[in-house]
Amino acid sequence: MLALLRNQKIRGILFQLLTVIGLVAFLWYIGTNTVANIEQRGIQTGFGFLNGTSGFGIDQSPISYTEEDTHGRVFIVGLLNTLIIAFVGIICATIVGLIIGILRLSKNWLIAKLAKAYIDFFRNIPLLLQILFWYNVVLRAMPSPKQSYSFFEIIFINNRGLYFPLPDYNTTFFAILASLLCALFGAIALNSWANKRKETTGDDFLVLPYALGMFILFPIVAYFVSGAHLDFSFPELRGFNFKGGKTLSPEFLALTFALTIYTATFIAEAVRSGIEAVSHGQKEAAASMGFSPYQSLKLVVLPQAIRIAIPPIINQYLNLIKNSSLATAVGYPEIVTVFAGTSLNQVGQAIEIISMTMLVYLIISLVVSAILNWFNHKMKIQER
Amino acid sequence: MMLRSKFAKISLATIAVLSLGSTLSADTLSEVQKQGFVKCGVDGGLPGFSEVGSDGIYKGIDVDQCRAVAAAIFGDAKKVKYIALNAKERLTALQSGEIDMLSRNTTWTETRDTSLGLNFTGVTYYDGQGFMVNKKLGVKSAKELDGASICLQTGTTTELNVADYFRTNKMKYKLVSYDTNDQVLKGYESGRCDVLTSDQSQLYGLRIKLLKPDESIVLPEVISKEPLGSVVRKGDGKWFDIVRWTSYAMLTAEESGVTSKNVDAMLKSDNPDIKRLLGVEGQMGENLGLKKDFAYNIIKQVGNYGESFEKTVGQESPLKIKRGYNALWNQGGLQYAPPFR
Repeated sequence: MLALLRNQKIRGILFQLLTVIGLVAFLWYIGTNTVANIEQRGIQTGFGFLNGTSGFGIDQSPISYTEEDTHGRVFIVGLLNTLIIAFVGIICATIVGLIIGILRLSKNWLIAKLAKAYIDFFRNIPLLLQILFWYNVVLRAMPSPKQSYSFFEIIFINNRGLYFPLPDYNTTFFAILASLLCALFGAIALNSWANKRKETTGDDFLVLPYALGMFILFPIVAYFVSGAHLDFSFPELRGFNFKGGKTLSPEFLALTFALTIYTATFIAEAVRSGIEAVSHGQKEAAASMGFSPYQSLKLVVLPQAIRIAIPPIINQYLNLIKNSSLATAVGYPEIVTVFAGTSLNQVGQAIEIISMTMLVYLIISLVVSAILNWFNHKMKIQER
Repeated sequence: MMLRSKFAKISLATIAVLSLGSTLSADTLSEVQKQGFVKCGVDGGLPGFSEVGSDGIYKGIDVDQCRAVAAAIFGDAKKVKYIALNAKERLTALQSGEIDMLSRNTTWTETRDTSLGLNFTGVTYYDGQGFMVNKKLGVKSAKELDGASICLQTGTTTELNVADYFRTNKMKYKLVSYDTNDQVLKGYESGRCDVLTSDQSQLYGLRIKLLKPDESIVLPEVISKEPLGSVVRKGDGKWFDIVRWTSYAMLTAEESGVTSKNVDAMLKSDNPDIKRLLGVEGQMGENLGLKKDFAYNIIKQVGNYGESFEKTVGQESPLKIKRGYNALWNQGGLQYAPPFR
């Protein structure tokens, strides 16, 4: 028996087995304990509450929502708001992060130091504080609706948000939307054609001006062909506040601002480390082949740098999505605020609601990382 | 290998410890006596109800309920651990056993009393929801609030009442909801919203926290009934009785004219009601599983209901709220305690 225990392999299996048994027993214990306590207290369980009327209002909703809708709909509204803030945040943070990351390596001493200062400063302050800071500062600095800052009487800024006109969804609107999509596909097709031509003939073909041309020309054509009838809903001051147009609330703006600025610092560092990780010999080789600095960056350095930078950037995207739950500090109605907050308090079914919310984050994160891992895989150096 | 075996040991130990420790006990009184203090959930930032004073001590009518329970159990009103909770956290904190009782201006509703595994022990303050606006808006009635932006604390009955009120009156509104009263107040002060809505008592309490309280007015409409009281977990009748009869003791004391100042003299009173209340006669304390003199301790250290009211939200406080519905039943109010006998 003792001899068996001295065998490292058997000992290893034994301890792993014990660990698994222990873990299962632990989870089973927690589960039964919870159920027993819930039954003893007479707390309602089950997901029936999702069909109950919510009874409370939500300020911002991408789909129609009234107080008479159900908690199930609150869940969807919260989920959509989470996805919106995550999407906007990721796009903005990526753009800012890329720019700062490249500036950080600038040969200009001042620019490089400014980028470094930006990163060091914003990376080291807790995100929650940044959200509260932007919210309170932005809000305090803004005038009341009656004294709004206005730009050509079309765009207004006040302490209730940013107001701008929104086109009505008619044929012209959708035609322009479709034309933009066509331009996008056109540009992609043109680019791949140019690449193929370069591979076979070695001739350069400058895609950019043609792509730009498509993006300008297509919508103009679409506008006139579809009847040249584009209506806008303009924000107007009526009663207490502006009506019409589209509003971005201060909560949304502060959250986007803070998430972007904070996450961009990490993305910038990932970009910088990616670029710096490309061996100097590569740049020298590119230079000795007569590449301009731009060509060297675009054709030699960036393709290699991106491969190194993608995994840490994926992590930052996931962080941003999870950090969006800090919205509850300023009351932006995403899933944690409205569903795991207000709904939970109105129906009191903590276990169901919290597990649903956790599941949402888990699924979003898994989907995002699956997509980006697939992208990462595609970008990998193809070894033959 | 070392790490794995270590992990195995730790997980086994965890399970052993967990199985030894009991499940959440149904006997709150013994738990409280063992830990030596009452864990009481309060708001913590609401003038008159529960607020940390300049001396660092919690004060308010909600806080007095916690202190009274501690006085009843330990004979020492200081044996309370206050846990500041926002509206969203409070009920879950009680359900999960994080606190022993909740005394946080919580409205008694059917849902909360039936389906959440909670019990309300009574009404310590009768309130109703109102609106506060800036005078500059020139609004005289809540009926003129169509299209207004409204700041409120999320996770409250307030949120549901506003929705009902605007729906019945066919008015539109924009909701700006925050987690805590402080955020609500900041939002209102910085102009994020036109209107602040909450229970009337809270409106007066929040108003004195404004930089310029005189610029805001409370509109006359009261749109709901808000009976506020202490809450305990369901399934522990003994604890429920203690919390409930602690506040009844305070009401009865006021009704019989027993105050914190004259309570010692009252021990010699001939009035049988007072004798029973103070434990000179009968066994009211023992019935609750407490000492004979539990009510004496409450009155001596916390005071009767009227004293507590006037000191925290009434005429002796900055809020200067009139007794109104909160007067005793024999003075035209709703406060009524069943007899001690």
